Amino acid sequence: MSALLEAGQLEAWYGATQVLHGVSFSMAPGSIATLLGANGAGKTTTLRALCGMVRTRGAVRLDGQSIAAMATEDIVRLGVAHVPDGRGTFLDLTTEENLRLGGYARGNRRELAGDIERMYGYFPRLKERRAQQAGTLSGGEQQMLAIARALMLRPRLLLLDEPSFGLAPLLVAAIFDILRTINAREKVGILLVEQNAALALELADQVFLLETGRIVIAGAAATMRDNDAVRRSYLGY
Amino acid sequence: MDAFIAQVLSGLVTGGIYASVALALVMIYQATHLVNFAQGELAMFCTYLAWTMLDAGFPYWAAFAATIALAFVCGVVIERVVIRPIGESSVLAVVVVFIGLLVIFNSLAGWIFTYTVKPFPSPFPAEPLFGNHYVSSHGIGAIGVTLVVLALLYAFFRFTSLGLAMRAAAQNPVSARLVGIRVGWTRALGWGLAAAVGSIAGMMVAPTVYLDPNMMAGILLYAFAAALVGGIDNPWGAVAGGFLVGVLENLLGAYVIGTELKLTVALVLIVGVLVIRPSGLFGRVTVKRV
Ligand SMILES: Nc1ncnc2c1ncn2[C@@H]1O[C@H](COP(=O)(O)OP(=O)(O)OP(=O)(O)O)[C@@H](O)[C@H]1O
Ligand SMILES: [Mg+2]
Repeated sequence: MSALLEAGQLEAWYGATQVLHGVSFSMAPGSIATLLGANGAGKTTTLRALCGMVRTRGAVRLDGQSIAAMATEDIVRLGVAHVPDGRGTFLDLTTEENLRLGGYARGNRRELAGDIERMYGYFPRLKERRAQQAGTLSGGEQQMLAIARALMLRPRLLLLDEPSFGLAPLLVAAIFDILRTINAREKVGILLVEQNAALALELADQVFLLETGRIVIAGAAATMRDNDAVRRSYLGY
Repeated sequence: MDAFIAQVLSGLVTGGIYASVALALVMIYQATHLVNFAQGELAMFCTYLAWTMLDAGFPYWAAFAATIALAFVCGVVIERVVIRPIGESSVLAVVVVFIGLLVIFNSLAGWIFTYTVKPFPSPFPAEPLFGNHYVSSHGIGAIGVTLVVLALLYAFFRFTSLGLAMRAAAQNPVSARLVGIRVGWTRALGWGLAAAVGSIAGMMVAPTVYLDPNMMAGILLYAFAAALVGGIDNPWGAVAGGFLVGVLENLLGAYVIGTELKLTVALVLIVGVLVIRPSGLFGRVTVKRV
């Protein structure tokens, strides 16, 4: 069985500045992986590189199929949903329009209404705000909307860039519960970038530690919690 | 009083034309943040295509529909072939290309169809509707056509997924790609729609001003004023601005400054809006986060 996602010697540039210097890792189907690293290590850039949003070189394979040279919209159409840094909400559109757009690339339009209801089931707050302009939602509501929008694709791989950013601890716990449920129920693979390393390590099966554009440590989450370097830098004890 | 009502009504008729062209400008502006100076010339050229078909004996509405379709294709092709390759380069390059397009369409029309002024038929009856003596049936018909076009565009953008995708792509192209929207194609589609709307405006104005290669020059200026007055990022504002500018132009021309200076109204409006309220009457004032 081939890996859900495989990156091989992935390099990325902004203009002339190289930010990733050969990132390699792989994720098993249906697994949750987390990408940890200091600010500026290249976590966001790695997610961008995986779905063709920056200039890259190297290999990216999704279920064995090479997606390295593909346009972002085609990668999305293969079932890769990305909740980007800054959420990427369509601020002038309503909550419900944002959700409809999340399912835009799906072949089956008839399932959309049902899936929107399913998202309202996960995030009842969004239902109350369904006709409201997304730009007027609170930060936390917008974060829920961004995740729900990504799930509307019924992705096989979900890329999440700091989903807990700016959220109250209770809400963070709720969102991580939902991620766990979605992963278990719908077999969605999740690649999570997260500042809250303790939470991420609890959720994830695998951990990749990124340092200035390179993966320096990779391993099972269970063993990482006991890794001294990880503990000191990211868990704070 | 009678004369006043007549001026207002005929202002609404030309205002409808300005509204259509302004809407075409706004559609392209929203998708690309560029003002297409060649919009009017493209409309003029399409009106010549309609004229050619009518001359060849096509029934009016068949020629009308075929012209809209051709205009749409023309818009898409221009975006694909000319605009897209220069897309990310400087504003100056884009402006030069727009002016180039303007000149090309103008001289192409002059070369193929000559600069002699041609009459263009109206599909509406010659005798005034409902026995009114204020406005011709063509005037009423043109307003009707404008309103139908607006209603159709509204329904398209509001109720279809493609319309939603186009709005999304115009607002936030990066996020649009992340939900799988082919942003390049939605832009081309926007150009096609704008060209189609423009061609309708051309066919509606040609019976009144007669068809010649410079038919749209003044109209584009008024439409630009309308788009600015209404707010260049607001389709409804552009439409309202169109009607407003049409009426204002007529009233000022009749009672204040005389017809010779009418075109200055457009310029004064453009400069006035840019100085006093750049977002327009109905435009959103964007507050930039600092
Ligand atoms: N749009 C950009 N243009 C130029 N350089 C960029 C851009 N985005 C990021 N960089 C640079 O690339 C490097 C990696 O940035 P990246 O955003 O991937 O880091 P990160 O690990 O996500 O950090 P954070 O934890 O702060 O989100 C940084 O040095 C940053 O300055
Ligand atoms: Mg980041």
